[in-house]
Amino acid sequence: MTIEATSGIEHHASRLNDPAKLKTRYASEARFRAYGIIALGIALAFLAGLFFSIISNGWSAFLQSEYRLDIYLDPAEIDPEGKRDVTRFGLADYTKMARAALSKAIDLPEKQDRAMKRDLKELLSRAVDVQIRDTVVADPSLIGKTVPIWLLAAGDVDSLLKGAIDRNVPEERRQLNNRQLQWVDKLAADSVLQKRFNSGLFTFGASSQPESSGLAVALIGSFFMMLTVALLAVPIGVAAAAYLEEFAPKSFWTDVIEVNINNLAAVPSIVFGLLGLAVFINFAGLPRSASIVGGLVLTLMTLPTIIIATRAAIRAVPPSIREAALGVGASKIQTLFHHTLPLAFPGIMTGTIVGLVQALGETAPLLMIGMVAFVVDIPTTATEPATALPVQIYMWATSAERGFVERTAGATIVLLGFLFVMNAAAVYLRRKFERKW
Amino acid sequence: MEHQIVQDASIAEVPVAGPTITARDVNVFYGEKQALFDVSVDINRNSVTSFIGPSGCGKSTFLRCINRMNDTIPICRVTGDIRLDGENIYDTDLDVVELRARVGMVFQKPNPFPKSIYENVAYGPRIHGLTRSKKELDELVESCLEKAGLLKEVHDRLDEPGTGLSGGQQQRLCIARAIATRPEVILMDEPCSALDPIATAKVEELMDELKANYTIIIVTHSMQQAARVSQRTAFFHLGKLVEVGDTRQIFTNPRNKRTQDYITGRFG
Repeated sequence: MTIEATSGIEHHASRLNDPAKLKTRYASEARFRAYGIIALGIALAFLAGLFFSIISNGWSAFLQSEYRLDIYLDPAEIDPEGKRDVTRFGLADYTKMARAALSKAIDLPEKQDRAMKRDLKELLSRAVDVQIRDTVVADPSLIGKTVPIWLLAAGDVDSLLKGAIDRNVPEERRQLNNRQLQWVDKLAADSVLQKRFNSGLFTFGASSQPESSGLAVALIGSFFMMLTVALLAVPIGVAAAAYLEEFAPKSFWTDVIEVNINNLAAVPSIVFGLLGLAVFINFAGLPRSASIVGGLVLTLMTLPTIIIATRAAIRAVPPSIREAALGVGASKIQTLFHHTLPLAFPGIMTGTIVGLVQALGETAPLLMIGMVAFVVDIPTTATEPATALPVQIYMWATSAERGFVERTAGATIVLLGFLFVMNAAAVYLRRKFERKW
Repeated sequence: MEHQIVQDASIAEVPVAGPTITARDVNVFYGEKQALFDVSVDINRNSVTSFIGPSGCGKSTFLRCINRMNDTIPICRVTGDIRLDGENIYDTDLDVVELRARVGMVFQKPNPFPKSIYENVAYGPRIHGLTRSKKELDELVESCLEKAGLLKEVHDRLDEPGTGLSGGQQQRLCIARAIATRPEVILMDEPCSALDPIATAKVEELMDELKANYTIIIVTHSMQQAARVSQRTAFFHLGKLVEVGDTRQIFTNPRNKRTQDYITGRFG
C-alpha cells in the first residue's frame, strides 16, 4: 500500500516537472500571443491606411483658392436710376466687373476678343456674381467705389494650384489652356491668387460647382437630427429601461418585449427608413427631406441601443444600494431617482453617446425619407429640407470633379472629427461620474 | 417615549411591557417552495433577540418579513399575521414606506450610499420630512452618529464619502442611518459577518447600548455572539421555529433535542 501511494506521488510530481510538457505549454502560449499581436497589427495597419488616405485626400479641402480683386462697383450697371433699390441690384452683371478687375490684375489690354473674355471668365467661379452682389446688398454705400473683395477661383484653377492638374498633358486635353496657365501663374506670383482657409466649406449649401458647395445644410440638418434624437430617445429610452428593470413584473409579455428590443437593435437601418417613410411622411403627413423626420427615424433606431445600455447600467448598480434605500423607507421611485439612476448615470451617458454616434453616421434610412436632396438654402427650422453629413459625403462622392473628390474626403474628416469629439465626451463623462462602492 | 421609561426594568429577563412584535402562523413561499412553516413568536420590547440556525433555515427570511423587504422579491408570498404594536403590518392599508421607517434594517455587508457621511445619515429623515430646518437635521445627524459611536471618529470629515470608511465604521454608519428615521425596531441581518473581531466587538457593544431605546433583532451565525448580546434566542431549523426562550436557558438547558445538537455543534 505504502509503496503504491509513494509511487503515485512520484508519478504526479514527475508529470509536473516534465520539461517537454512545460516547453509545449510555453510554446503554445507564445504562439497565441503572437497571433494576438499579428491580429492587432493588421487592424492598426488598416486603420492607419484609412486615416492616411482620408487625410491626404481631404486636407486640401480646408484650403480654397481665392482672388483678391479690386472691384469697381459701377453705379451705371448696378443702380442706373440711383434709387438704391435692393431688388434692382440683382439684375446687374457682376461677373463682368469681376472679369474687368481680373484682366486689370493680369495687365491685359483693354481691347479683348471673345476667346480671351471666355478664358478670363473661366478662371472665375460662377459664384463670384453672388459674392459681389451680397457685398453690395450688405452695404449699398459702396456703389461707385473700388473695393477689394476676395472672390472664389474656378474649380479648375483651385485644382491646378493644389497640383491636381498635370501641366504636361497636351493642351487640348487639359482643363486649362496654355494662356490660362500663364495668367494663373502670374496672378499667383503677384499674390492676387492665394490659397486661404476654406470657410465656405462650412457656410455654403449645395452647388453644382465644387468651389461654392459646402456642408452648411448638412451640418444644420445633422444638428437638428441629433437634437431630436437626444430630446426624444434619451427620456423614452431611460424611462423604458428603468421600468423594465425596476418595476415590470416578470411575465410572458415582458419577456416578449425584451426579446424584441434586442432584435430591434439588429434590424437593418434601411428598414427603419421604410418605416419612417410609411408612418411619418405618408401617414402623418410630415414634410419630405425634413430633418425632423430624419430625427424621428433615427430616434426609433437609437432607442434599442439606449434601452439596452441603460438596462445594463441599472443592473450593474449593486442590489445592496437598493436594499439600503428601501431599508430606510425610500419608495421605489425615490430609490430609483435618488440612488439607482445617479449611480447608473455614467453607463447611461456612454450608451446614449454611442447611440448618438451611430445615428450621426447613419445614411441608409435618410435616403429613404428623401434627405438626399440638392438643398441650396440653409434651413432654419427642423421642418425645412436638409441633408445630413454622411448623406452629403455620399452625394459628393458620386460627382466626378476633382474638387468634389477632395470635398468628399474633407467632409469625412469633419464627420470623423465630430465622432471623435463625441466619443471623447463619453469617455470623459464616464470617468468624471464613475463612483466606486 | 413611554417605553423609554420602562426600559430600565426591561433589562430584566421578564419583559415589563408587552411584546413589540407578535407573529402568528407565518408561512413564506418562494414560488412553489415553502421557506417558512407556521412561525409564531413574540419579540420583546427594548431587548435584543437573536435568531440562530444553520444556513438556509429561514431566519433571514423571517427577519425580512418584519419590514416587508420580502415584498421586493416578486415570487415571494407571505401568509399569516405579524403585528407591530398590535397593528397588522401586512394590512393593505398600511404604508410600507412608513413601516420601514419604523423598522430599520442593517444588512450583512455594510452598504453605505456612495455619498458623504452626512448624506448617508440625513437621507432617511429628509425623505420622510422628519426635520423642519437645516439646523435640526444637523443635530439629528450628529446625535445619530453619536449613538452609533461614530461621531468621535468622523466629526471633522462629515463631507467625505461614507464608502471611504473602514468596514466596521461603515457598518456603524449604517446603524446610524437606520436609527435616523427614529425606528422602534432595528433588524440586523448578520451585521458582523463581514467585520474583524475588534469591529465586531464595537458593534456588539453598540447593540447593548441601543437596546435601551430600540427593540433589536439580530440574525447571527455565531452562537457566541447570540449568547453575548441577546436576552432571548430563537432557533430555526428547516424553515421551522424549533425553540424560543431566554438566551441563558437556550444555551444551558435547551428543551429540544435539535437545539441541543445545534448549539453543541453536532450539525450546522
